[in-house]
Amino acid sequence: MKRIAVENLQSLFAAVSAKKQLYIPADDSAGQAKFTLWSEGTVLTEKLNTVRSAKDLFFPQVENLVNFKVSSKKIEILENRDSSEPFVVFGVRACDCRSFDILDTVFLSDPVDTYYQSRRENGLVITLACNRPAETCFCGVFGIDASDPAGDVTCWMDKAYLYWRANTERGQELTKSLSVLEDCDESSVDAIREASKQILQKLPLNDLDLTDFRENKLLDVFNDSAWGELSESCLGCGTCTFVCPTCQCYDVQDFDNGREVRRFRCWDSCMYSDFTMMAHGTNRPTQKERFRQRFMHKLVYYPNNNNGVFGCVGCGRCLQKCPIHMNIVKVTKKLKEGMV
Amino acid sequence: MQKRLKEKALELLSNCTVTRVLGWKTGEFFYDLTPAVFETAEEVEKEFVYSGFSGANLSKYLIQESRKQGKVAVFLKPCDSYSFQQLLKEHRILRENVYVVGISCNGLLDMEKIRAQGCEGVTAVTEDGDTLTVDTLYGTTKLSRNDCLLERCAVCKSKKIVAFDELIGEQGEELESNRFDRVAELEAMTPEERFAFWREELSRCIRCNACRNVCPACSCEKCVFDNEKSGVRNKAIADSFEENLFHIIRAFHVAGRCTDCGECSRVCPQNIPLHLLNRKFIKDINEFYGVYQAGADMDTKSPLTDFTLDDCEPSIVHERGGVQG
Repeated sequence: MKRIAVENLQSLFAAVSAKKQLYIPADDSAGQAKFTLWSEGTVLTEKLNTVRSAKDLFFPQVENLVNFKVSSKKIEILENRDSSEPFVVFGVRACDCRSFDILDTVFLSDPVDTYYQSRRENGLVITLACNRPAETCFCGVFGIDASDPAGDVTCWMDKAYLYWRANTERGQELTKSLSVLEDCDESSVDAIREASKQILQKLPLNDLDLTDFRENKLLDVFNDSAWGELSESCLGCGTCTFVCPTCQCYDVQDFDNGREVRRFRCWDSCMYSDFTMMAHGTNRPTQKERFRQRFMHKLVYYPNNNNGVFGCVGCGRCLQKCPIHMNIVKVTKKLKEGMV
Repeated sequence: MQKRLKEKALELLSNCTVTRVLGWKTGEFFYDLTPAVFETAEEVEKEFVYSGFSGANLSKYLIQESRKQGKVAVFLKPCDSYSFQQLLKEHRILRENVYVVGISCNGLLDMEKIRAQGCEGVTAVTEDGDTLTVDTLYGTTKLSRNDCLLERCAVCKSKKIVAFDELIGEQGEELESNRFDRVAELEAMTPEERFAFWREELSRCIRCNACRNVCPACSCEKCVFDNEKSGVRNKAIADSFEENLFHIIRAFHVAGRCTDCGECSRVCPQNIPLHLLNRKFIKDINEFYGVYQAGADMDTKSPLTDFTLDDCEPSIVHERGGVQG
C-alpha cells in the first residue's frame, strides 16, 4: 500500500497526467461534480458523486460511428471514429465501478462493441472509497462494499492522506511509475474503513430486499396492476436514464448535411415515445409501457439473462434527480406488495 | 396546512363533489413527494402530503385528468394557478371537470439548495419560522429558510391565486419582485460575454427533455423534437449547436404563454438556469408592449398574438438586439 499527503494531491494528479489523460471529479460551473479532464488547477470535488456517472467515459452520450460520402450512385465509407487514447479516471465510486461489469456483459459479449471495447482497454480505473454516503445510497443491497471498492487501483482518503492500493497488473504498473507515492502499512486504512462501515450500516434504504425478483416471475411482475399507478405522474423525460450508470440503450441516427452523412449513436431512453420505434409504429403506446420497460429491464430481464445480477448498482442518482421523485426503490417496494 | 388540505380532500371525495383528487404523495424520505391521483379516503389518509417539498406544479396533469370520467379536484399554489389559467385560455383543460382548491403559499423548499449548503445524508428537515433544522447522518445543521427556497419562490412574483373554486388560507397580492435582476445583468454583458455564458450553461444539457415535459406551456400533442420525420432530434446530437438551439427554440415557442412558473429550472438535473431565457422574453414583452403576465386573466390578449397600433416598431426591437453581426 502507498500513500500521499492530501496537500500534495495536485502533484499526484500532475504525475499521472504526465503519462496519460486524467479525469477527476471536479465541480462544474453550476457547482455539481463532473468527471473533468485534469489540468493544473483542477481541484477534486468534495461532493459524494458526479451527476453524470463514470459510464460517460466509456460509453459517451454521443459518438461518431462512420461517415458516408454520397455522389451520384457511389457511396464512400469514411472512418470517423472518435479516437480513444489511454486515460485514467480517478475518484470512481464503488457503485459506478460495479456498473462497468454490467456494461461489459452487454458490450463485450459477442458481437463485441469495438467502440466501447477500445475505451475499456484504454481506461484505467482508480476508485475512491466512500466516507460519507448519502441517504439515497443503497449499493450494499447489491453486495457492493463502498468502503472497499474494486478497480485497477483503490484509494481511501482521510483528512491527512490519500491511501493507494493497486489491485491489477495495470494498476501496479502505474503505481511503480509514480515516485510521489510513499510506502505505508496495509492497516493504515482500517480506521477509515471501519468508520465508513458504521455509516453504511445505518443507511435508510438498506432494508430493500430484491430476492423475490430473482425467481422467475416475469409474467407476474409484467402484469402487475401497480404499473398504472406507479407510472401515472411520470413525465416521460430521460433524466433517470441519462444519469444512470447502467442504462446502456442507444439509438443510431444519421446527420445529413447535404454533402456527407455522419452516422452517430446517442444514448436513448425507453421513457421516450420514439424508443425502438419500428415501421409498425406501435412499440409501447403509453407511458405505462415505457415506464414498465425500464424497471422490467433492470429488475427482471437483465437478472434473468445474467445469473441473477440486477441492472442497478444503488448509486441513488435517479432518487435525487427524478423531477417527480419516482424511482427504482419505490417501484420495487410497490411491486413487492403484490408478490406476497 | 397539510391537515386542512387532507380534510378538504376527504370532504370533496365523501360528498361526491369529485371522484378524484390530484395532490402530492408521500415518498421514501420526507422530501421525495410524487404528484398523484387519490381516489379513496383510505389513500388520502395514508399517503397525501403537503409540505415545503410539494413544489411540483400540478396544473399540467389536468390536460389529461380533466378528460377522464368524473370530476377531479386539484390543489394549486398561487404560481400554479397562473399556469392553470393560461392552459384554460389555450383551451387545454376542460374547466367543468376540475374543482380547484387554491392554497396560499409562503415559498417552497429546494432540496438541491439544502444539499449545496453542505448537508449530506439528509434525514429530516424541520421548519421553524425562518429557520430550518436539517438532520443528517452526520449531525444537525441550522439553515436560513430563505437560503433554501426554490429560485422562483426566492423572487416570488405573486401570492395571488388567479383561478379557484375555493381557497384555503388567505388570498394574496401581486408582489414587487426582483426576478428580472439577473436578466438585466445578462443584458449588460457584451454579446460575446453573453454568448459565452449561454454556451457554458447549455453545454451541461443532457437532452433529458425534463424541462419540456414538465412545462405547462409545452402541451403540444407531439413535440416537433419527438417527430422523427422533422429533421430535428429529441436526443443528443453530434453537433453541440443544435443542443443549444433546442432551448432557444423552446423559449421562443413558449414566449407570451410562459407564466414564469419556474418548473423548467426546478427539474433540470444539470441546474441550467433555463428560466432566464423565458424571463428575458417576459421582460422584453413588458418593455415593448406594456406589462403582460400570462395566465393572470382569461381576457387580455397576448401581445405576441395580437396587433395594436401602439405596438413597438420593429426597428426598435432590432436596435435592442445589440451589435449586429
